Amino acid sequence: MFATNPFSILAETVPSVVMQGFVVLMILLIVAGTLLDIIHKKNVKYFFENAKKAKKNATKELTTGERIAVVSKTIAYDIGTTSELGAGKRRVAHLLGMYGTILFWIGSVVMIFCYSSANAETPTIWPMIWHVGALMTILGGSWFWFFLRVDVYSEAQPWYRIIKADLFVLALIATSLTGFIWSYLQSLNLEGRWDANLFLVLFIVSNLVLFGGVYWSKFAHMFYKPGAAIQKNLAEADGSRDNLPPPADAPEQFGLGIKREQPKHY
Amino acid sequence: MSTFVYMTRCDGCGHCVDICPSDIMHIDENIRRAKNIEPNFCWECYSCVKACPNHAIDVRGYADFAPMGHSVRVRREEEKGTISWKIKFRNGTEKNFVSPITTKPWGKFIPKLADGDKPNQGEINSQRLYTEPEGLNIDGELPTVPKESFKKGVYY
Repeated sequence: MFATNPFSILAETVPSVVMQGFVVLMILLIVAGTLLDIIHKKNVKYFFENAKKAKKNATKELTTGERIAVVSKTIAYDIGTTSELGAGKRRVAHLLGMYGTILFWIGSVVMIFCYSSANAETPTIWPMIWHVGALMTILGGSWFWFFLRVDVYSEAQPWYRIIKADLFVLALIATSLTGFIWSYLQSLNLEGRWDANLFLVLFIVSNLVLFGGVYWSKFAHMFYKPGAAIQKNLAEADGSRDNLPPPADAPEQFGLGIKREQPKHY
Repeated sequence: MSTFVYMTRCDGCGHCVDICPSDIMHIDENIRRAKNIEPNFCWECYSCVKACPNHAIDVRGYADFAPMGHSVRVRREEEKGTISWKIKFRNGTEKNFVSPITTKPWGKFIPKLADGDKPNQGEINSQRLYTEPEGLNIDGELPTVPKESFKKGVYY
């Protein structure tokens, strides 16, 4: 199953052009949802106003080379390893979900656009990437959903309390889970049995919810958070620091501070 | 003055929810970020501002006596044991202070709360804060003011 392209089997009943059209539709939904979100929340306007303010407060003019260095370091470290979550379980779960989703999406696009015709030979690596990505997303997402969500961890809400903020993570888990189960059932060669078709329908529906719900869900945080991280690090480098004081330079006289506990004192 | 949260900076870790003595820092149901649910009840204690690992919380001054342009921000560095303040006045004057963290380690003078009994859902949903009413040296129920003793027409 891990070495089989599920979309090439599907191509026996559904033309690959329809699958490609579906992917394009999903991309258009992301663009439309994000644009609506930007218009509604005015967050891009806020970003640029903040950048202007930071420039006014800057104590040092950054050269283009320095800017590129800050941005590259932010992409490699802050964004690539989601450093803002600190060291701990939340970061591991986020990394699993993040890289799992990226692998799953890249695998889907490559297999649908390059290897979804009935006679195409899919290199084994792509189905592997797709299935491993799905598993990583299911694992990271479920870990977050059941144990690490701040509502559960810090506010002691029960895990089954669903709020609007869960739309993104639940749709993400549902997409990977239904896709994975559909691929498994398809690999059993059930010849169109009802359950394989059911999971295909669920896979399509969860994709529609995930990508169609961008305006209402936290989907767009994957665009805003990197932007905020770059702005934060540029502000540190140019000395404006969002009005924050610089790091203390005389630590030795104060000795070691305290190690706080995890936020679980509800 | 009351606290507010920069949503792009907050990652919903819950440190402010945990530390707020007024129990008004909560998690937003739409975007799962922290928010001050009742600015009127904010003590301006700066506990959440200092506790936030992402410097996502700031304090807003009332426009009449602390007009736009001023800023009071703080950086807490646990590993160094320091709290740094940067005060910016409207006229551009800046003052920077560094002082030691005087909080004692958890478990020494502050009870190690994580080792305490886990509260049940009823206690969590209750209006009472941690250790109430025993912590107030009151036996039994919290004191109440009977409604009929309210003066009429003065509350709005």
